[in-house]
Amino acid sequence: MTTMTPTTPRATPQGPAGKPLGRPFGSSKLTSRGVANAVVLIAALYTMLPTVWLLLASTKNADALFGSDILSLSDFSFVSNLSDLFAMDGGLYGEWYLNSLLYAVVGALVGSLISVSAGYAFDKYEFRHKEKLFGLVLTGVMVPQTVLALPLYLVASGIGIVNTFWAVFIPVLFNPFGVYLARILSNGYVPNEVLEASRVDGAGELQTYVRVSLRMLGPGFVTVFLFQLTAIWNNFFLPMVMLSDQHLYPLSLGLYTWNSSATVSPEYYPLVVIGSLLAVVPLIVAFITLQRYWKSGLTAGSVK
Amino acid sequence: MSTVTSSTRAPTSSAAAAPAKPLRKAGQRQQKLAAFTLLAPFTVLLVAVFLVPVGYAIGLSFFSEDHDGLGFGGGETVFTGLRSYLAVLSDPSFVSGFGAILLYCVIFVPAVVVGALALALLLDSGLMRLRRTAQMLLYLPHAVPGVIAAVIWLYLYTPGLSPVIKLFAQADITIDFLGLHTVLPSIVNIALWSGLGYNMVIFYAALQALPREVIEAARIDGAGGFRTALMVKVPIIRGSVVMVCMFALIGALQLFTEPMLMNQATPMVNSRFTPNMYIFDAAFRRNNYGLASAASVILLVVTCALSYAVTRWAGRRERSAR
Repeated sequence: MTTMTPTTPRATPQGPAGKPLGRPFGSSKLTSRGVANAVVLIAALYTMLPTVWLLLASTKNADALFGSDILSLSDFSFVSNLSDLFAMDGGLYGEWYLNSLLYAVVGALVGSLISVSAGYAFDKYEFRHKEKLFGLVLTGVMVPQTVLALPLYLVASGIGIVNTFWAVFIPVLFNPFGVYLARILSNGYVPNEVLEASRVDGAGELQTYVRVSLRMLGPGFVTVFLFQLTAIWNNFFLPMVMLSDQHLYPLSLGLYTWNSSATVSPEYYPLVVIGSLLAVVPLIVAFITLQRYWKSGLTAGSVK
Repeated sequence: MSTVTSSTRAPTSSAAAAPAKPLRKAGQRQQKLAAFTLLAPFTVLLVAVFLVPVGYAIGLSFFSEDHDGLGFGGGETVFTGLRSYLAVLSDPSFVSGFGAILLYCVIFVPAVVVGALALALLLDSGLMRLRRTAQMLLYLPHAVPGVIAAVIWLYLYTPGLSPVIKLFAQADITIDFLGLHTVLPSIVNIALWSGLGYNMVIFYAALQALPREVIEAARIDGAGGFRTALMVKVPIIRGSVVMVCMFALIGALQLFTEPMLMNQATPMVNSRFTPNMYIFDAAFRRNNYGLASAASVILLVVTCALSYAVTRWAGRRERSAR
């Protein structure tokens, strides 16, 4: 978490899309600037507090964790915590980590491609019952995941795939919010004139989609991907319902079970803390590295 | 698989006259084919992991398994009609779950919407230094899985472990985050921490997509930054505001992870604290799938009714605003 600060040192006040930011629009500009920055600073401190605590706590062993002073670095056992983490229960944590990567990265890639394609079709093509079908998509957006989890479990146990990789992987591909988002983004990013031009050139519809539209939808794709990646990485209820084999667990479920065991065997506490810290890293990396890409897309994407 | 999709998509073939511009026949057929191909995978998923399970749960809610009392499998499944629904609705622990959710919403929804909107407007105002860094820091909690967020905050709520409680104690203030009246705000705080930056990004993206001419026109007309934000920007992005409200409400109904972890730490949160915890409890602790399905269907209906009401209300306001 501390590593992210140096990556964004040049936040110049110029907006990327040529926003006239430096223009004076009030006599009390200096004070409003101060107030605005103070408010955001307080909000940022609020968001940072638990993360900073997690970072500090990960350097403590079980005794020091419940000891008096969290800020003292006298008892630095980050490295031994780390080796304990990967050694515990026969390296189970490493397996969870790989599982989470598999569910989230592959799932989000496939899922966003499916969602973006559907959203694009909703935006660019006319067909009968289109709005009815889209209404179904919106209903899908509104239905809580947890409400679907139990019915999904019942269906999965009916066809005998409970407690398998697919029981978690297939449901997470379904992302109606991604379709909703992709429809809006497609409307913004891909001008109809481009399609017309491509048609005049004699290119097929799917050819146009793959070669032209998908490229223009790139930033939108990343946005959908990022949201879905986060959702799958954070997914907890579905795996909890579907899986009983610890070797198939994603990180969230694994850490939950360890946290539950910690009430009986406190040696799990530091492992939950450092395990949580490591579990948070990939998404932060993904967000930082993809941030520039999809944010420039969002600002430059105003096609009008 | 193809039969499922084609049954949903079949009526498409007769929608020839839909596009405004008359196109060549071959082109139309190709367009329809493209729309079909692009929609097919999603439609399969829609049927397989949404419509079928929901239908199955509705069906199951009318049945009940008669156990032989010893818990051995092989109980007989019998049609019981609305008995499960009556059992759920007359269960005070289920109804009180909705009470908890309602109270939670009253605190959470205004807090997250106003907070996120204010932060997004501040970031968009051009007054900010280090906009990207600030945005990233605020978004950070969304990258923290709900379970982990709940674990961290739980530690921060625990006396003896929490630096926050220690800090207040030095000022002679005793705070019990897990008491009778504070446990719900404590849960709200976890959700707020997780959701603030995420919703801010949604608002910020909407603000960034605003036509710059409109903002500039307002400024030329002499509107200050604050007035531009409230009178020009917010009304234009009210669609996003409604969307965030809606998702906050739906998210509230989903409430599960945080109280589930709190349940291990404080007696103030029982194992049926929210409707979803009730469903989990019914299905996996009491092994009563009929009851759990009925509760799921009720929650589903309430959710849909609520979001339908919100969108209708927003739609009417939008129309009257024009």
